Amino acid sequence: MNTAIWISLLASVVVAATPLLLAATGELVCERAGLLNLGVEGMMAVGAVCGFIGAFHTGNAYVGLLVGVAAGAVCGLLFAWLTVQLVADQVATGLALTILGHGLSGFIGHGYAGASIAGLKPLALPGLAQIPLLGPILFDHTLPVYAALLLVAGVHWFLTRSRAGLTLRSVGEDPKVSYSLGLRVYAVRYAAAIFGGAMAGFAGAFLSTAYTPMWAEGMVAGQGWIAVGLVVFATWRPLRLLAGAWLFAGVGIGQLFSQAVGFALNTYLLSALPYLAVLLALVLISRDPLRIRLNTPASLGRPFRAET
Amino acid sequence: MSSRRDFLKKAAGLTAAGALGSLPLSALAAEGYYKIPLKKPLKIGFVYIDPIGNIGWSYQHELGRQYMDKMLAGQVESTFVENVSDARAEAVFRQLASSGHQLIFTTSFSYMNPTLKVAKQFPNVIFEQATGFKTAPNMGNYNARFYEAQYLTGLVAGAMTKSNKIGYILPFPIPEVYRVVDAFTIGLHEVNPKATVSTVWVNTWYDPSKEREAAQSLVASGADVIATHTDSPAPMQVAEAHGIYAIGQDSNQLKYGPKAQLTGVIDTWGPYYVETARRVLEGRWKPESTWGGLKSGMVELAPLSPVIPQETVDLVMKRKAEIEAGTFNIFSGPLYDQKGELKVAAGKALNDGDLLGLQWFVKGVEGKAS
Repeated sequence: MNTAIWISLLASVVVAATPLLLAATGELVCERAGLLNLGVEGMMAVGAVCGFIGAFHTGNAYVGLLVGVAAGAVCGLLFAWLTVQLVADQVATGLALTILGHGLSGFIGHGYAGASIAGLKPLALPGLAQIPLLGPILFDHTLPVYAALLLVAGVHWFLTRSRAGLTLRSVGEDPKVSYSLGLRVYAVRYAAAIFGGAMAGFAGAFLSTAYTPMWAEGMVAGQGWIAVGLVVFATWRPLRLLAGAWLFAGVGIGQLFSQAVGFALNTYLLSALPYLAVLLALVLISRDPLRIRLNTPASLGRPFRAET
Repeated sequence: MSSRRDFLKKAAGLTAAGALGSLPLSALAAEGYYKIPLKKPLKIGFVYIDPIGNIGWSYQHELGRQYMDKMLAGQVESTFVENVSDARAEAVFRQLASSGHQLIFTTSFSYMNPTLKVAKQFPNVIFEQATGFKTAPNMGNYNARFYEAQYLTGLVAGAMTKSNKIGYILPFPIPEVYRVVDAFTIGLHEVNPKATVSTVWVNTWYDPSKEREAAQSLVASGADVIATHTDSPAPMQVAEAHGIYAIGQDSNQLKYGPKAQLTGVIDTWGPYYVETARRVLEGRWKPESTWGGLKSGMVELAPLSPVIPQETVDLVMKRKAEIEAGTFNIFSGPLYDQKGELKVAAGKALNDGDLLGLQWFVKGVEGKAS
């Protein structure tokens, strides 16, 4: 393989990792606040259909992205209302949200299946895009690709350096103690869930307005579940999330590239490679179980009710 | 005299009516026809595996249904159920059969066994299942020779490629897929012996993201024409964005690649649905395995792009006419497999049986035959 193919391969990996990164970063923040939201797949589907419809009617894919983000945020709000306010079981609520999102997206998008839009155009960043090798790999993409990278950096900073991030983490570790210290546990969890939903919606809208500019039922195709898995893989750390998303997308695209250039292997094995790679990485990480346990938000999945 | 004639007529009519009511159905099948006590208008049900949408496999079946409704207006009344997963299929078939539908089209390969099961429970309902191979007294099947049109698109790809590398995105290693890739490659080599076909298996019928990534990989590896046997228009979008060509699949995909689409394969089920409904209405239906091609109209070639040179257009039209007339066999020897081994000798050709079990790639196809 020559350099041009390698550049093209790596650029494709950066783009393919984008929906995973967006959705997983949102979920990471949500989980860090103690809420386990398994509805990412459904929220992405809603974001994808609403984003597409927004772009279709305004003729502007950026408006579509915003509509997708807003729709995802509404899903996050719904999740927060059910699990924080009504103290519903988080796992069951998340699963229900996935099923609801699937059904709802099919219903909303019924008349739009197969319609086509122009889609987001790549924005080559002046100066940066001209850097040899790195430029075409990192800096010649659509807006959400940059947004996802900035988001990871921003969330990393937020969680480790900011006071608000500290509050969010303490709510996720021990809501009771946080509450007794006067922290606004409910507000923090609401905000985290809405942020998580908005990012899932963003990820879905990226699929339907930029990656494959179209709407069709089932187009999210399990990427929301992969995003949830990546959060565990990353042991709740944003920078590891970036590594995980690139690894997963890289192995997935790598196997398609290897076929395209005539490298023959069993294709079922090749299709399983991304999952095998993540499993292997999980096994390697799990060799130090203490570090994972120390990093898992202690109240993850546990309901909290303020004592009155 | 006249009264006696009337009496004879009536008697004959009564006998026939009695037969319908009491005799076992097999006794009626004197000419091989399977007859059911028909209510008019004939209620017809269609079951689709996906949401209909505006493009793709189920959409093409829905177009067929609408065509049938128009052609047989007043004689038939049809309904459809879309997005029926394999798990729900049996229940949906049973519901349609017990609500008075007397002809039911089940339009997915995966519906074969559920259709057979429900057909046995409803002997007074006729079932027609798409792309399977099993039949029963009241169940037939139908499929299309997509490969005939794909051979013609191969002629076009051979004339249009500059890099001599064609990319082909493939779903699963089943005979239908080997047939279309082989037929395409035979057409490709007829006009351009130097061109090769690079294959990428995606192991899915429908996943826009994965199909997009496969198309990107093929473009990066130097392909300048993309063909696919998967269902989403994502590969067409990739071709359009990269300024290269693509071959459409299932539906006319021109709106996804106004510059990219050279031509394509279009599934057209309407005429078959009209014919089958007519046979049931006239008591001429029997369980058959139908495998129609260009001649029957079940497969059509999408409009040829204006960028294709006239001599290629002429060749395509000539071969199309020959296939329809039955004077040209796409799979005639000599044919070599990927390793260069002679599989079909000169003067010989593959027959339908060989084609239905085809599991190998012809020479010129790169990538592994799973």
